Amino acid sequence: MSEVVNHHPVHEAHHEELGFLRKYVFSTDHKVIGIQYGLTALVFLLFGFSLIMLLRWQLAYPGKPVIWLGKILGENFMPGGIMLPEFYNMLGAMHGTIMVFLGIVPLAVGAFGNYVMPLQIGAPDMAFPKINAASYWFYFVGGVVMLYSFFVPGGPAQGGWTSYTPLADIAPVGQTWWLVGMVFLITSSLLGSINFIVTIVQMRTKGLSFWRLPVFVWAQFVTAFLLLLAFPPLEAAAVLQLMDRLAGTSFFLPSGLVVSGQMIPNTGGGSPLLWQHLFWFLAHPEVYVLILPGMGIVAEVIANNTRKPLWGYKTIVFSILFIGGMSFTVWAHHMFMTGMGTTMSTFFQTTTMIISIPSVIILTSLLLSLWGASIRFTTPMLFAIAFLPMFAIGGLTGLPLGLTTSDIHLHDTWYVIGHFHYVVAPGTIFALFAGIYYWYPKVTGRMLNSVLGKIHFWLSLVFMNGVFLPMLIQGMAGMNRRYYDPTATPWGKAMQPFMEFISWSAWLLAISQIPFVINFFWSMWKGRKVTSDNPWDATTLEWSAPTPPPHGNFPTPPEVYREPYEYSVPGKEKDFSPQFIKEA
Amino acid sequence: MNPGTWRDWLPYPPNLSEHGPGVDQLNTYVHYLMFVMFIAWAIYFVYCLIHFRKREGHKAVYNPAKGKLAKVSEVGVILAEAILLIALSMPAWAAYKKNFPSREEALNVRVIGEQFAWNFHYPGNDGVFGRTDPKLMNNTGNSLGIDMSDPHAKDDIITLNEFHVPLNKPVIVDISSKDVIHSFTINVLRVKQDAVPGMVIPIHFKAVSGVGAHEITCAQLCGLGHYRMQGFVYIDTSEQYAQWHAQKESELQGASQ
Ligand code: HEM
Ligand SMILES: [Cu+2]
Ligand SMILES: [Cu+2]
Repeated sequence: MSEVVNHHPVHEAHHEELGFLRKYVFSTDHKVIGIQYGLTALVFLLFGFSLIMLLRWQLAYPGKPVIWLGKILGENFMPGGIMLPEFYNMLGAMHGTIMVFLGIVPLAVGAFGNYVMPLQIGAPDMAFPKINAASYWFYFVGGVVMLYSFFVPGGPAQGGWTSYTPLADIAPVGQTWWLVGMVFLITSSLLGSINFIVTIVQMRTKGLSFWRLPVFVWAQFVTAFLLLLAFPPLEAAAVLQLMDRLAGTSFFLPSGLVVSGQMIPNTGGGSPLLWQHLFWFLAHPEVYVLILPGMGIVAEVIANNTRKPLWGYKTIVFSILFIGGMSFTVWAHHMFMTGMGTTMSTFFQTTTMIISIPSVIILTSLLLSLWGASIRFTTPMLFAIAFLPMFAIGGLTGLPLGLTTSDIHLHDTWYVIGHFHYVVAPGTIFALFAGIYYWYPKVTGRMLNSVLGKIHFWLSLVFMNGVFLPMLIQGMAGMNRRYYDPTATPWGKAMQPFMEFISWSAWLLAISQIPFVINFFWSMWKGRKVTSDNPWDATTLEWSAPTPPPHGNFPTPPEVYREPYEYSVPGKEKDFSPQFIKEA
Repeated sequence: MNPGTWRDWLPYPPNLSEHGPGVDQLNTYVHYLMFVMFIAWAIYFVYCLIHFRKREGHKAVYNPAKGKLAKVSEVGVILAEAILLIALSMPAWAAYKKNFPSREEALNVRVIGEQFAWNFHYPGNDGVFGRTDPKLMNNTGNSLGIDMSDPHAKDDIITLNEFHVPLNKPVIVDISSKDVIHSFTINVLRVKQDAVPGMVIPIHFKAVSGVGAHEITCAQLCGLGHYRMQGFVYIDTSEQYAQWHAQKESELQGASQ
């Protein structure tokens, strides 16, 4: 009958011995690159998060000085400890940029995609290992450029993560560095996406047909297409904006622009809205880049911890494919208030309603997967199931924003911030935590501590909602986003207790991450050692590899015999039938 | 339906314009749908977590759910969204965007955003706007670049952050910007329109209640003073409005003599 789960001795790599640099720094091994991506992205997430902790002080206590911070940050940012409005805008713009482009995407795609995907398809590495390494290094340089921009005269970009023109065209030099950084980051994503697509198409192991791929691989596959097709327009747009700033062109500057009483020299002939179309043509697909890998992780963890197959595997996959295609047709729902007429608004609100349907279907399928289960409340599972209601709030709040008429009231208010943070923070970030707790033992050979994990989970859940739920109320009440001093308007003043509440929740949320940080490092050396290559009794291929997998991954190429989530198959003695084990 | 009753449970600001209740109505209905879906999911979800938890003697079932109910409910969701979209949002938007009052019947005002203030340009007694040219714009008294050699310009009223409108009269606002993108926002009138440089975008509204002063804000990040780019709309009775207009005109005459 069924063979016991493999207990490989940790294989020595059969390759020539590599020096430290080639092995750990300039490696072409997808796993090393995945870990590099992961650690870098976690550092950036932490950095981007601390920017917003600072910003939340100003929102809770507008104009109240913090003397010691003023001494550290200096006269240009916080003279006398009081935050300048320019600095507030920089914090906001760089928070958004860093979280999206340097935190979530590199972690979801660069780290999880790189590390897990080749293992899940039974491949020895990515199709183009050197391009893979180049992708990381472009990302790294992009990140360094973004960090460097904090030190240029006038500080970093301050026109929002969306960098709308003409504001961005006339901004100080930090904006130029932002654009240069973006060009590096986009190039990195392009290199990565081509690699992912070719790898998934070409390098699946014997027996692994497309309909046997884990949902996570499907999610990465569609994500790669989004990156490949959506990023080039933004790369072009970034170059055009650079031209406007450096070469005196006016792609985004209309005629007769007068800034503080002075006519802009290169004004004429351009269109500010062109930038928005190019930007959102990228950035709407980009939001699915932020969510699809997370959904993939959640699907893996839910299947594993419900001990039964996912409900509607094909339905989920078709929904992901549909979302991928459809996501190129909805971008102008970010521009409903730019003066759009009836025809365009009809088109874009219709496509937006249509794209919400597959999201509902995926969510429903994952919920139905719980029916008849035997749920193990492991730490990864806690994060994965919390993802469901949190993503539900995120998705549902997209509806009133997607209808032009209700968007009149909600556009550019805190409601929008609440909406997308529900999707990305307790949504995607919870999924990423689930992934970290789930795959950590494969990467390190040790488990993360589950008591610390559970503390981390419950505190995060409570304070995430403490941060984002009041934002929906603020937005509904008509408070605009991106206000340096929320008490500047009478209406805002009345809402100030909300601001304080949110800020305290945010600071407590920060403290709630301490158990995670401790756990992450402590477990590397002191965590419980895994006794099997398959500690979660899982079914997909990554668990057949030695722990941690050596360069080349599998001692012999694995073969796949069945669908990805064959749990609790009737008549079987064990409650899991791995893809890689041949049974009678 | 009386607007006061069905929208009270969501924290909207007051709603003083003619088209405003339509906006809130849709918003409220969408939120009904959202709440119903969320509660239904949540009840099912909590039930599953308790009922299907791992415990002694409990086993997972390989293929338990048929998902008929889910399919029915998904069709329900699609229908509900279609109704909201086709029956409410599209007509409301089309009506609002297409059914402009006639220029003759309405009060015409130009709104020009700049870092960080709202300029209002009224055509004055002759009802015709004076010629403007960005080349004439300066910071010393002619921020809108009005060509004073044009006879129509003589009686034009210019105000800063002060927007007077008469109650119950349609107003057409032509929105533009001198420098960067702003967003002309009057929450209590459910008015929000980006002010895009290089474009003149007309919108309209009619204030039907709320005589007094209300906030105008900017909703689009426009630089370091974005948060304080605010003005006030004064909803006047027709007498108050006529009085204000006359007073402005007499100030102009006083200045030109
Ligand atoms: C379920 C379907 C969804 C719908 C119908 C939807 C709809 C919308 C709409 C209409 C806006 C523009 C709102 C405005 O500016 O007035 C918006 C903003 C946004 N959405 Fe969604 N959304 C959905 C899912 C998602 C997902 C999955 C993400 C992934 C992270 C996401 C991330 C964002 C972001 C980042 C913004 C704000 C961008 C900005 O202005 O800074 N949304 N959404
Ligand atoms: Cu979008
Ligand atoms: Cu503004």
